[in-house]
Amino acid sequence: MAVLNEEQTMLRDMAREWVQNEQPITAFRAVRDAGTAEGYDRDAYRTVAEMGWTGVIVPEAHGGSQFGYLSAGLVMEELGRNLVASPLGATTAAAGALALGGSEAQQAAWLPRLAGGEVVGTLAVDEGPHHDPDKVEATAARDGDGYVLNGTKSFVPEGDSAHLFLVLARADGERAFFLVPGDAAAITRARRKMADGRSHAEVRFEGVRLPADAKLGGEALVDPVLDRARSLVAAEMLGMAGQAFETTVDYLKTRVQFGQPIGAFQALQHRAAKMFAEIELMRSAVEAALEAIDAGRSDLAETASLAKAVANETLNLVSREMVQLHGGVGMTDEYDAGLYLKRARVLENQWGSAGFHRDRFAKLNGY
Amino acid sequence: MASAAAIRDDQDLDSFRAEVREWLEANFPASLRGKDNAMATIEGPAQPSADELAWQRAIGEKGWGVPTWPKQYGGGGLGRAEARVLGEEMARIGAHNPIGGMGVMMFGPTLLEYGTEAQKQQHIPPICRGEIRWCQGYSEPNAGSDLAALQCRAEDRGDHFLVNGQKTWTSGGQWADWCFALVRTDTTRKHEGISFLLIDMKSPGVEVKPIRLISGQSPFAETFFTDVQVPKENLVGPLNGGWSIGKRLLQHERSSLSGGSSSTRPRGAEDRSLGELAKHYLGADAEGRVSDGELRAKIARHEMEARAFSLTLRRAALEVRGNQGPSAATSIMKNVGAKVTQDRAELAIEVMGMNGLGWEGEGFSDKELATTRQWLWGKAVSIYGGSTEIQNNIVAKRILGLPDPKPGAA
Ligand SMILES: Cc1cc2nc3c(=O)[nH]c(=O)nc-3n(C[C@H](O)[C@H](O)[C@H](O)COP(=O)(O)OP(=O)(O)OC[C@H]3O[C@@H](n4cnc5c(N)ncnc54)[C@H](O)[C@@H]3O)c2cc1C
Repeated sequence: MAVLNEEQTMLRDMAREWVQNEQPITAFRAVRDAGTAEGYDRDAYRTVAEMGWTGVIVPEAHGGSQFGYLSAGLVMEELGRNLVASPLGATTAAAGALALGGSEAQQAAWLPRLAGGEVVGTLAVDEGPHHDPDKVEATAARDGDGYVLNGTKSFVPEGDSAHLFLVLARADGERAFFLVPGDAAAITRARRKMADGRSHAEVRFEGVRLPADAKLGGEALVDPVLDRARSLVAAEMLGMAGQAFETTVDYLKTRVQFGQPIGAFQALQHRAAKMFAEIELMRSAVEAALEAIDAGRSDLAETASLAKAVANETLNLVSREMVQLHGGVGMTDEYDAGLYLKRARVLENQWGSAGFHRDRFAKLNGY
Repeated sequence: MASAAAIRDDQDLDSFRAEVREWLEANFPASLRGKDNAMATIEGPAQPSADELAWQRAIGEKGWGVPTWPKQYGGGGLGRAEARVLGEEMARIGAHNPIGGMGVMMFGPTLLEYGTEAQKQQHIPPICRGEIRWCQGYSEPNAGSDLAALQCRAEDRGDHFLVNGQKTWTSGGQWADWCFALVRTDTTRKHEGISFLLIDMKSPGVEVKPIRLISGQSPFAETFFTDVQVPKENLVGPLNGGWSIGKRLLQHERSSLSGGSSSTRPRGAEDRSLGELAKHYLGADAEGRVSDGELRAKIARHEMEARAFSLTLRRAALEVRGNQGPSAATSIMKNVGAKVTQDRAELAIEVMGMNGLGWEGEGFSDKELATTRQWLWGKAVSIYGGSTEIQNNIVAKRILGLPDPKPGAA
């Protein structure tokens, strides 16, 4: 655990308390079983906003607390523990893009509403089933003193309800994020029902007219924005891995077979010990990425790829083991193991597979 | 080794092969070519077409659905070599075997070994014809890996047993006609107090509640017995002698499970090779190499393990030919088979990315949706029929002769 200051400790404790008391996994199940396209509980999200968690990375001048990404990660981790269905991660990533590259006027227009929880924001990046920001084909063509945006984005997180999209597109010979209000007429959304029961929409932008200042910076901003999103999702995955692991260890202590708790068998003890070690590594990698953002360090790209790759591998392992070590009950919908497994694979794909990030890490290190 | 006897055998086999071809020609409906074995899938009873029913009836009457079972009970009465020829000829024209399920895989072979003449006469022929579905009443909430801890009671009431208790994870329980169950007939002894009992699922007092799986399907159930009367003649083997029969049945189960993924493949799932899938979802370079080099290497590693596994299955089959029944080596097979199945499923969804994680509705092909469900369902293969951990314990103790830990070991 990173050394937390007083504010951060309070923030983490508050988030932990709320998730444990108000957002048990049955709350996620209720959202899933309700089957709405938006895939989250509005009342719960209102509470998230009231606690100020929607503004953790937003500058004070725009209604946030400006605590930074390590703090935002602490909240995401706690939410991840109980699979809380909330657009907080997506909205924080969108706010991060605005805070990095938005004009003063754009920040003033959007950040207070993102921080206040009235607006759900999200990044719209990928155009296929795999994260591949180099392959973007969406275009923003110059048109008078503005742009016209065309393209289709797949599996946009919270895409069913987002009020604000940050769309990665090609313009002026480079890639850049474009600020696109969700109520523009030329936007169509198609729901994609995925195994994790959350919102992932295909979003089409067909001739969306945008002002010139809709373009946030340019190529230089693409990686920093994505690395923030990657680090945040890795924090959510850290919470999932931690809780999946603890639930599994509890089960090893309580499930009796052959006249003893199954946790008495060394074969299973070693599996638990290995997971424990992996999660420790995961925590270090995730916190390092969040701290690199806060410190403005130049090695963020490498650190974020490290975090996401390790998060993917570790959560993959823990979610598999959770099912296996629960035996038959792990296969039932009534137990929680399957919920972690399904959400895990979706987040492993979001913002880059382990292979994607290993490749990037190697490139960044010159091999 | 080509001895004179073997050559004579080959000539006999050639004429048998001709006979098989002729019979298949006359009886296998061409419309069913290449269709999977619907009976062995996990989705419960399908609505069979007229051709499917006709094919089931034809092969059922011939006994060739269970080619090596004795003729007098409705089996094919074939030797191993003939059965292999039959299998080859069916595969050649894409004919599936519609006779399957737990009756064929596990119960039939066990009853043939341990049942009375009357029990065999009653139960084997309907299995050969594919008319009766059997389910397995072994596991209970507190008796999974430790199966002998089972509590479901069968009390001797003179002319019948009175059964009370609960079974769980009963695959196909909601569709089964009969259940072969392990029940407790003596509460003072653990393994020696268990009997093997056949229970008609239509008996009063049997209640079945489907359980939903993480894959969304409900192919198994909790089964409750409340004052269920079971005739005495439904006891297989001696009273309190059910454990060794039950274990024998598990050997049959494990050896059939090690065959790999076919029984776990939902209808319509992806059947292209992982390499083909990867090219489709990730693209390939000019030489046809999957563009994601790491995934390409992972696929090759998996395919090599799968190949080594099928070579091992073949070698084991050659080695046991002449021996009777499944060998201890099947314990290894089940674990490797489960791993190959699960690795393939994980690789398939990895190759497909977000498209491999669809649940239902628009935006995904039917194959993609089936792949998601197959991946989730496949998590069961290392749990049922003796978990991977239990199989490893068996290998370590029985095959390698490794000792148990002493109390107090670190
Ligand atoms: C899809 C599916 C279908 C099934 N169908 C049937 C059926 O038709 N009929 C039926 O009777 N049963 C059926 N089963 C039940 C199956 O046989 C049991 O799930 C299995 O025996 C494991 O028991 P359990 O679930 O109680 O797990 P547990 O025994 O509680 O095991 C939990 C974990 O502990 C591990 N473990 C247990 N003991 C040891 C040990 N000594 N050393 C190391 N690790 C250990 C296990 O491997 C597992 O990982 C089915 C199960 C599934 C998932």
